Amino acid sequence: MSDIKEQVRDFIIENFLFGEGGEDLKDDDSFLEKGIIDSTGVLELVEWLEETFDFKVEDEELVPENLDSVNNLEAFISKKQK
Amino acid sequence: MCGIAGFEILGKAKGFPFEKGQKVLERMIWPLKHRGPDGFGFFLDKNKGLAHARLSIIDLEGGWQPISNEDDSIWVVFNGEIFNYVELRKELETQGHHFSTSSDTEVIVHLYEEKGLDFPVYLNGQFAIALLDLKKDRLILSRDRYGIRPLFYSRFNDRFFFASEIKSIFNADNALKREIDPQAIRDIFTFWSTHGERTSFKDVNQLKPGHLLVIDKNHEITVKDYWQIPLGLKPPFNKGEGEICKKLKGLLIDSVRIRLRADVPVGAYLSGGLDSSIITNIIHRYTDSPLKTFSVSFTDKVYDESEEQRLLAGHLGTEHNVVSCSYKKIADLFPRAIWHCECPILRTAPVPLLMLSGLVKSTGYKVVLTGEGADEVFGGYDIFKETKIRLFVSRHPDSNCRPLLFKRLYPYLALSPSKSAAIARSFFETDADPNDPFYSHLPRWKTTSSLPKFLRNVLLDETSDSVSLLEGEIEQDLKRLDWFSRAQYLETALLLSNYLLSSQGDRMAMANSIEGRFPYLDHHVADFAARLPTTMKMKVLDEKYILRKVFENELPQEITRRRKQPYMAPDILSFFGEEIPDYVEYYISDETIRNYGIFKPKAVEKLVSKCRKNARQGFRENMAFVGILSTQILYDKFVSNFEIKTPSRLPNVKVVRRENCRT
Repeated sequence: MSDIKEQVRDFIIENFLFGEGGEDLKDDDSFLEKGIIDSTGVLELVEWLEETFDFKVEDEELVPENLDSVNNLEAFISKKQK
Repeated sequence: MCGIAGFEILGKAKGFPFEKGQKVLERMIWPLKHRGPDGFGFFLDKNKGLAHARLSIIDLEGGWQPISNEDDSIWVVFNGEIFNYVELRKELETQGHHFSTSSDTEVIVHLYEEKGLDFPVYLNGQFAIALLDLKKDRLILSRDRYGIRPLFYSRFNDRFFFASEIKSIFNADNALKREIDPQAIRDIFTFWSTHGERTSFKDVNQLKPGHLLVIDKNHEITVKDYWQIPLGLKPPFNKGEGEICKKLKGLLIDSVRIRLRADVPVGAYLSGGLDSSIITNIIHRYTDSPLKTFSVSFTDKVYDESEEQRLLAGHLGTEHNVVSCSYKKIADLFPRAIWHCECPILRTAPVPLLMLSGLVKSTGYKVVLTGEGADEVFGGYDIFKETKIRLFVSRHPDSNCRPLLFKRLYPYLALSPSKSAAIARSFFETDADPNDPFYSHLPRWKTTSSLPKFLRNVLLDETSDSVSLLEGEIEQDLKRLDWFSRAQYLETALLLSNYLLSSQGDRMAMANSIEGRFPYLDHHVADFAARLPTTMKMKVLDEKYILRKVFENELPQEITRRRKQPYMAPDILSFFGEEIPDYVEYYISDETIRNYGIFKPKAVEKLVSKCRKNARQGFRENMAFVGILSTQILYDKFVSNFEIKTPSRLPNVKVVRRENCRT
């Protein structure tokens, strides 16, 4: 598992699942559909991304393709870091 | 307003000797003294007993209970009000019944003589009734249509107990089992309330609103409804708007008028919103009652509506009273609120209402009219708009403009998904099947779906999925309804009866011996509203359209044109401000969490550390924290350390014994 993916998984499990049920979280599970992240959680996620990886998330980047699963997040972070 | 309690010994078990029976009634009624501080009355038979704690509102001298019929063969104790008692009494007198008091209670016994088990159908009011028919040897319990007044019952082996509050049943005998029901926690953590007969405690049921319970002479217990939520029972009106407005206005004025019947002055809660403004306006314009109004203001402006409250009080010239609510006051009063709610809650919103009833009490008033119920009956909640927008979006799933409407819906949310159309679509489940009977509530329940995971697995394994259980219970009722009425039905069956009227209603008011009255829940008003075409409830996205229309010329535009502001109070912020109260630290400590054994210690610890870092959290964290804290308090006060000291002699007691009766 890549470092980024592990970091993302840890954050999601720790912060949104309160350490519970991490083993059931698949890398392509949709956070929104599964109820893992609620409406306010999206903003929390963005805040974490900006602080941890030191980039700014633009409004038009707030789309499920970038944010809505472990895999999507990994791809998004890698792209932004290039 | 009052509290009631009682018992019946079932089966082959022998009855209590009178002395012991009276002791049981004393133990049961004492915990309800906040509901009725003005005196106690008992009726005792060999194997049955009725108890009453009285708050004098109608017939201050003659209103003692229990009350009997002419030959003492029917006895009743009752909590609440029968607003149409004047009309019922006239009718009963012409049928030959003799009244010995001028109280509304006495109407119940004579009506029962006349109508038998159908008697509740004729009552316009808010009530929990226990009636003993000595000739037929049966006990009858009944509860009002929307569940304004509470009534619980429990069967422990051969003993049957009932009471206005659960603490009364538990105090009947310390040996009774007191155990939290994990399914109830799961349900509350999903819907904000239990549903059906379930309460937070195993083996304690609520008598459902609009239901009747009968224990016959063979000790068989039957429960049946005498009323159903009126949505979809009759076809929608086919009348013009003008005619509907006129009729509705008349019904509302009548409803307020009969709710002003009391031998003490009646005040009104004023939230600043449309519903309570209309009530206050009706009292002001269409009755002679001098008016005191009561409001809560919040030190945190996010929650405060005092400007609108002052505006309306000024407009109508009421004598306005305000109590100010802060984070600290919410934290201080929270445990007391839980003692009265008798269930876990996911928000602190009941606490300011506890303060509000305290304010009313301090002015010497005992009765207030409130606007509760209008949002369910006339369609005022955001969830109705949200559902409409979701349906609109789902018809053109590729449109990027349509989801922007969500933005219109939640502008007051500082953090909102509406920034991104695609995220909004996913969050609001616009791809869900619109024919799903629970379509309207899917986004809400998704937000709460992860909360039950805080329960320890061993408890979770005892439970079933809350939504599936609910489906089994009410799916059939929902099928006959359109999307709007389905949402209304769910709000009424779940939240109105089991949370708003109890945790935010009866319990917080009665904690300070205050009686709330609800003009929008008059069944004539609600039955009429149930037949309104959907477009008259919501026009485009204009909520409670018809209600606004009826009163638009009588209220300031700032009130009638104002967007609905949901009533909220600060949650985590109240507990993790400058200072964390000691009791909070105690209940959420790893040790207490482990000792009580309800929640997963590690998950709670992670949640708590998140709150400590930042008290401004999302919906889910707020609900989880308040839910966990309230459950811990409930467990402490009702399971592990339940103790009510009943004095050896109660003051102001009147006892009637069967052996001394004419029958």
